[in-house]
Amino acid sequence: MEGDSSNASASEIAAAVAGGKITASAVTEAALARIARRNPVFNAFTDVTAERARRRARALDEERAAGKPPGPLAGVPFAVKNLFDVAGLPTRAGAKINREHAPAEKDSPLIERLEAAGAVLVGALNMGEYAYDFTGENIHDGDARNPHDPARMTGGSSSGSGGAVAGRLVPLALGSDTNGSIRVPSSLCGIFGLKPTYGRLSLARSFPFVASLDHFGPFARTTRDLAIAYDAMQGPDRDDPICAGRMPEPTVPLLEAGIAGLRLAQAGGYFAEGLLPEAKEALARVAAALSIERTIELPEARRARAAAYVITATEGASLHLDRLRGRANDFDPAVRDRLLAGALVPAALVGKAQKFRRWYRDRVLALFDEVDAIIAPATPCTAPLIGQKTFMLDGVELPVRPNLGIYTQPISFIGLPVVAAPVPLSPLPIGVQIIAPPWREEIALRISYALEQAGVAVAPKPAIDGAI
Amino acid sequence: MATSDTLDAYLDGAAHALRLPIEPAWRPAVKANLATLLALAELVDAFPLPEELAPAPVYRA
Repeated sequence: MEGDSSNASASEIAAAVAGGKITASAVTEAALARIARRNPVFNAFTDVTAERARRRARALDEERAAGKPPGPLAGVPFAVKNLFDVAGLPTRAGAKINREHAPAEKDSPLIERLEAAGAVLVGALNMGEYAYDFTGENIHDGDARNPHDPARMTGGSSSGSGGAVAGRLVPLALGSDTNGSIRVPSSLCGIFGLKPTYGRLSLARSFPFVASLDHFGPFARTTRDLAIAYDAMQGPDRDDPICAGRMPEPTVPLLEAGIAGLRLAQAGGYFAEGLLPEAKEALARVAAALSIERTIELPEARRARAAAYVITATEGASLHLDRLRGRANDFDPAVRDRLLAGALVPAALVGKAQKFRRWYRDRVLALFDEVDAIIAPATPCTAPLIGQKTFMLDGVELPVRPNLGIYTQPISFIGLPVVAAPVPLSPLPIGVQIIAPPWREEIALRISYALEQAGVAVAPKPAIDGAI
Repeated sequence: MATSDTLDAYLDGAAHALRLPIEPAWRPAVKANLATLLALAELVDAFPLPEELAPAPVYRA
């Protein structure tokens, strides 16, 4: 890494800081300057923790001078979706109501773990209200804007996470994914995103959405950065009852293992319907690069998506019931009206959806006896225009907001680990899902890494980059 | 599938039971969202499942 750190990956920054080529303080100042210059265009950050970042960077530089070994993320600036607790900030979760909360007393454990690896938190990021969103639009904080075309959506609900990484404000961000909220913005912003296995990373000290389906994970511009951050965050956490008791299973040492011997398939049926030409092109490129000839069908994927939709609306409504009673006018109407409807769905139907989840899980897991990973689209199209309400999928006009996630929902529904890898189509990138069996994140990361080495999956630099 | 009238009656009754205020201006959107949700729930409900199947509220991979 030379001088300008704006386009540097997290691993390049960490190597430069560890090697004494640049200080953590200089990297931090450069990141803060980029945020000040670019955020007015991209609206990715809602809070910038400049003084905290400067203190942390100074401490890292002092520790290095004193001979302490640097961590794998030494001096790497990162930011988190604003539903993660950040000490000193109210955890707003994209909502007007929550910014009245008292400031968090303690950071999320994932922030603590990244900082223990040497990373430097520089702020909190825009998101769709209460994470119930695939667009990146937010009536309280303003819409997040796609760095590849600021007139377009970032995707959501981890909208600022997508914009901040694609826009080169930071090389690393955290987000959440209940139905696609890491994979949709990764796809529309042209970056890498990892949604690990359900229960892998701690959800403690954050504002929840749907306990049955919530996941956290990283965004980055390289597969290696995803793996480094993910490895740093793994491990049990007594503060989160959903977090599994598994010890960390490092993926970085396995990245270069290649894909020889892996049995790969492309998802057909439901996942081949409704695709716009750009999504088909991205899948074709990935399938060709991986020499995939087999198509596999995830049984009843449409019903799985329906069940995920029902569980989301009803569990979300349960979480927000008191706010819907007392503060309904303070919600984004697009969120409120869906939550109110969710509150009215009979519990008997929700129970059916949870039973169906078990059935579908068993059937999909059986597919992994035959294949090691499955490729599927991440979104049906590249980034829609901000404000666009509908799009045409297979000749049917559908609302954009709930349907950007039609291909991600049936996968998070059963907690499978997925890397969303960006295919750099012009003028706009689009992602592809690489889906692995439970607890086998390293398979998806290895495939993503191989695609990156082949030049098929790349986080493209936005054309606007030189202008701001 | 509920008719528009029965959906209106259900919406009013359930919202009342839950003490949820639904202002007239929001009602068409809430009703449309409820119709979508019930249609999706019906798709799930129509699928035959074994009685003994355990639900997966906390999923274990």
